[in-house]
Amino acid sequence: MQDLKPSYIKTFAKDDLELSTKDLRVLYGGKVQKLFDASLQFKEHTITALIGASGSGKSTFLRSLNRMNDRVAKINGEIWFHGLDVNQPNINVYELRKNIGMVFQRPNPFPKSIRENIVYALKADGQNDKNELDRIVEESLRAAALWDEVKDKLDKSALALSGGQQQRLCIARALAVKPEVLLLDEPASALDPVSTSKLEDTLKQLRSRYTMIMVTHNMQQASRISDYTAFFHLGHVIEYNSTAEIFTNPKGKITEDYIQGSFG
Amino acid sequence: MDAKKRDKLATIIIYILVGIVVLILAGIVGNILISGIPHLSWHFLTSEASSYQAGGGVRDQLFNSLYLLILTTIISLPIALGAAIYLAEYAKDNWITNLIRTTIQILSSLPSIVVGLFGYLLFVVQFGLGFSIISGALALTFFNLPILTSNIEEAIKGVPQEQREAGLALGLSNWKTIRGIVLPAALPGILTGIILSAGRIFGEAAALIYTAGQSGSTINYADWNPLSPTSPLNVMRPAETLAVHIWKVNTEGIIPDATIVSAATSALLVIVVIVFNLGARYLGNKLYRKLTAAK
Amino acid sequence: MDNKDKLKEVVNQAIADQQVPHVKLKKIGPSSVNIDKLTKPSKETHQEYWGKGLTYLAIGLIIILVVSIIGFVGYHGLATFTNDHVNIFHFLTSTDWDPGEGKNHVGAAVMIVTSFAVTLLAALVATPFAIAIALYMTEYSSKKGANFLQSVTELLVGIPSVVYGFLGLTLIIPAIRTLFGGTGFGILAATLVLFVMVLPTITSLTVDSLKAVPNHFRKASMALGATHWQTIYHVVLRVATPRILTAVIFGMARAFGEALAVQMVIGNAVLMPYNLVSPSATLTSQLTSQMGNTVMGTLPNNALWSLALLLLIMSLVFNFLVKLIGKKGQK
Repeated sequence: MQDLKPSYIKTFAKDDLELSTKDLRVLYGGKVQKLFDASLQFKEHTITALIGASGSGKSTFLRSLNRMNDRVAKINGEIWFHGLDVNQPNINVYELRKNIGMVFQRPNPFPKSIRENIVYALKADGQNDKNELDRIVEESLRAAALWDEVKDKLDKSALALSGGQQQRLCIARALAVKPEVLLLDEPASALDPVSTSKLEDTLKQLRSRYTMIMVTHNMQQASRISDYTAFFHLGHVIEYNSTAEIFTNPKGKITEDYIQGSFG
Repeated sequence: MDAKKRDKLATIIIYILVGIVVLILAGIVGNILISGIPHLSWHFLTSEASSYQAGGGVRDQLFNSLYLLILTTIISLPIALGAAIYLAEYAKDNWITNLIRTTIQILSSLPSIVVGLFGYLLFVVQFGLGFSIISGALALTFFNLPILTSNIEEAIKGVPQEQREAGLALGLSNWKTIRGIVLPAALPGILTGIILSAGRIFGEAAALIYTAGQSGSTINYADWNPLSPTSPLNVMRPAETLAVHIWKVNTEGIIPDATIVSAATSALLVIVVIVFNLGARYLGNKLYRKLTAAK
Repeated sequence: MDNKDKLKEVVNQAIADQQVPHVKLKKIGPSSVNIDKLTKPSKETHQEYWGKGLTYLAIGLIIILVVSIIGFVGYHGLATFTNDHVNIFHFLTSTDWDPGEGKNHVGAAVMIVTSFAVTLLAALVATPFAIAIALYMTEYSSKKGANFLQSVTELLVGIPSVVYGFLGLTLIIPAIRTLFGGTGFGILAATLVLFVMVLPTITSLTVDSLKAVPNHFRKASMALGATHWQTIYHVVLRVATPRILTAVIFGMARAFGEALAVQMVIGNAVLMPYNLVSPSATLTSQLTSQMGNTVMGTLPNNALWSLALLLLIMSLVFNFLVKLIGKKGQK
C-alpha cells in the first residue's frame, strides 16, 4: 500500500491568493470518490500546472472549480474566490463562470462565424454596441495571438480554422467575457507541436493579467510554462510546489518516480 | 448432411426469402403506381368528390389532408420540442425519468383507433367541438407526439457534449446554451424528424374517422376568413382526408368507380410519402453540410 | 552527467525561457470582481427558471394526456360491468354479440379470438422473412445491398395502412376467392395484409439486434472453424435472441392495434371463425365499423368501449413484455 499522504503543499500569503480550495472531495454517482480532500492555493497572475496519470483526479479537480461538474458529481468542501466560498448552493454559477473561464481539451468553437463565436456570450449578456463589440473581438483575438491570422475572415466559419487556431479562438472567446481565472483542461493535447508552441506563447503572454490553472500530461509543457505544479495521484494531491522545485527536487517518492518516468 | 452443405442451404434459403420480399414490395409499389397514376389527372386533383356518381375528384380531401398536417405540426412541435429538451438535457437518470419514458412509450404503442376514440370522447362529445378539423388535429397531435419527441430527442443528443460545455463555461444559462447552440446544431435532425412524422400524419386515418369525421362540408375557396363557416380555413368544419376517403369509398362503396378513385388516391398518398421521405433525407444532408461547411 | 542533472538543466532552461513580453489589455482585461453579483440571481437565473419550466410543462402535458387516455377509456370501458352489470367472465367467453338485445348478449369471444389469431399468424409468417432480411443485411450483403433493403423497409413503413387495406381488397380477396371459394374475407386475408405491415417493424428492430452483436464473437467462431451459417445460428442468433423477441412483440403490438386495413378485409361478421377464409371480426374492426352506430351511454356503446379497453390493456401488456425481456436480457 502506497502512502498517499501529501509530502509537501505550498501555501501563499493571503493577499496573493486568487483562488483556493479546502478539503475538496468529489463523488461520482454517489459512490465513486474521484478526489480526496484537495486543499490547494493558487497565486494570482501565475500559471499552475496540474500533473498526474490518467484518473488521478486532476481534471475532476479543475472542472469542480467553476462548478462544471455539478450535474454529474457531488462536490463537498470549500472553494474560496475573493473571500467567498463559491461551492455553496446560493452561488450564481453563471456569474461565477464569467469570472472563472475554461478552455477544453478538444477545441470546441461554435458552428458560427469567428466573430460570432466571440461576441455570442456578450450579446446574450445584453451588450449590443457594435463598435464596442468589434473592439472586444479585436482585442480578444490579439490577446490570443490569432488576430493577424484571421482579421480578414472574421465572418467565415470558425470550423474552417486549423485545430491550433480553433483552440486559440476558444481562448479568445473565454477572454472576451473578462474572466480573472482561466482553467485549461489539457488545451494542447489535440494539437501538433507547432500549434502547441504557439499556444504556449499565448498563455505565457497572458500570465501578467490572468491566473491560469492548467491540466497537462506533458511534463515538458508543465516545466516550460508553469510557475507552480501540483502532482495528483489516485485522487490525492501528493505534492505542490514551485515548478523548478517539484521537477528537480521532489520531496515525495511517488512524485519523483512519476516525474522521472514521464520526462523524456 | 455436413456443415458445408447446411451452410450452403441456409444461404440459399435466406436469398430466396429476401427475393420474395423484394418481389412483394415491387408488386405493391408497382401495383399502386401503375393502377393509380393513369387516373391522377388535373381534373381529379381539382374537382369535388362525388357522392354517388363516377368521375369525382379529391380536391377537398387533398386540402384537408394538408391543412390537418400543418395544424397538427404547429400544435405538436412546441410540446414535442419541450418534452425532448427535458428528456435530453434536464432529465436525471432516476426512476422518475424511467417512468416518464415508459409513459411516452405507452403512448407511442397505443393503437391509433384508441387514440382516435379518446379524441372523440374528449373533443367531439365532452367539449362539444363535434366532428371538426380541430378535433382531428388534436387527435393527430396525440398520435404524433411520442414519435416526434423521440426523433427530436435523438437529434439533440447527437450534438457533441463539448458544444454544451463551451456554452456553459462562458456563463450562459443551460437554457440559453440549448436554445442558442444545441438546437441550431440539431436542426437538420429535427427537421428530418418533423418531415418523417409528417408522412405518418398524412397517411393516418384511424385516428380521424371519429374526430375529423368521414364527410366533408361545402367549401368555398374564395372565402379565406377562418371564422366563416364555408371557409377552407374554418377549423370547426368536419373534414374528410385522403386516407379516410380511401377507407370510406371502399367500405361504403356507393360510387361506381370506387376502385379507380381509391387507386388514384393511394398513388397520390404513396407519392407524397415517398417525397416526404426523400425530402427529409435531402434536406437533412444539405443542412448538415451547410452547418459544418468549412467556408 | 546523470539523468537528474540533465533534467535540472532542461527545467531551468525552460523557466528562463518564460520571460516574454506582456500584452496590454484594456477592453477585455479583468476588472475587479464584483462579489455581490455572485450571490444574486442574474438574467441567466431567470432564463433558466422559465426555460426549464417550459420543458416541465411540455412533459407534464404528455403525462396528463396518457393518464387521461387510460382514465377515460377505462371509465367508459368498465361501465359495461359496473352500470350494465354484464358478467366479465361472460364478456370474455361468450360468442353471442348483440348488445342491443340486452346484457346477456355481450360476448366478445369472437373478436378476442380473431384478434389474437390474425396477430399471431401475421407474426408467425413475418418473423422468418424479417430474420432472413436482417441476416442478409448484416451478415451477407454488401453495403449497397443493405442500403437498398433499408430504403425498401422504410418505404413499406411509410405506406398508409388504408392503402394496404385497399390492396388487400383488390388483390388478396379476389385471389383467395378464386383459390378457396367463399367471399375471400377472413383471417387469411387479414394475416396477409398484416404480414406486410409488421414485416418492416420486425425487420428494422432485428437488424438493430444483430448489429449489436459484437464482431469478436463472429471472429472467434470463424477462427474455430465454424461455417458462416454455424456462426450465425450458434453465436449471432443466440446472442440476439432476446432483442429479436422484443422485435416480434413490437410487430405483434402493431398488428393487434391495426384497425382500418384489417377492417377492410376481415369481413366484419361477428362469427366465430371456423376456418381461415370465413368472415369474422376483430376488436379494432368492430370498433371502427360500429362506434358511429351507437348512442353514448347506452349498453351497445359501453360494450364497444369495453372492446377499446381490451385493446388498451393488450397494448400495456405488450409494453410490459418488452420491458420484461429487456430486464432478463440485462442479467
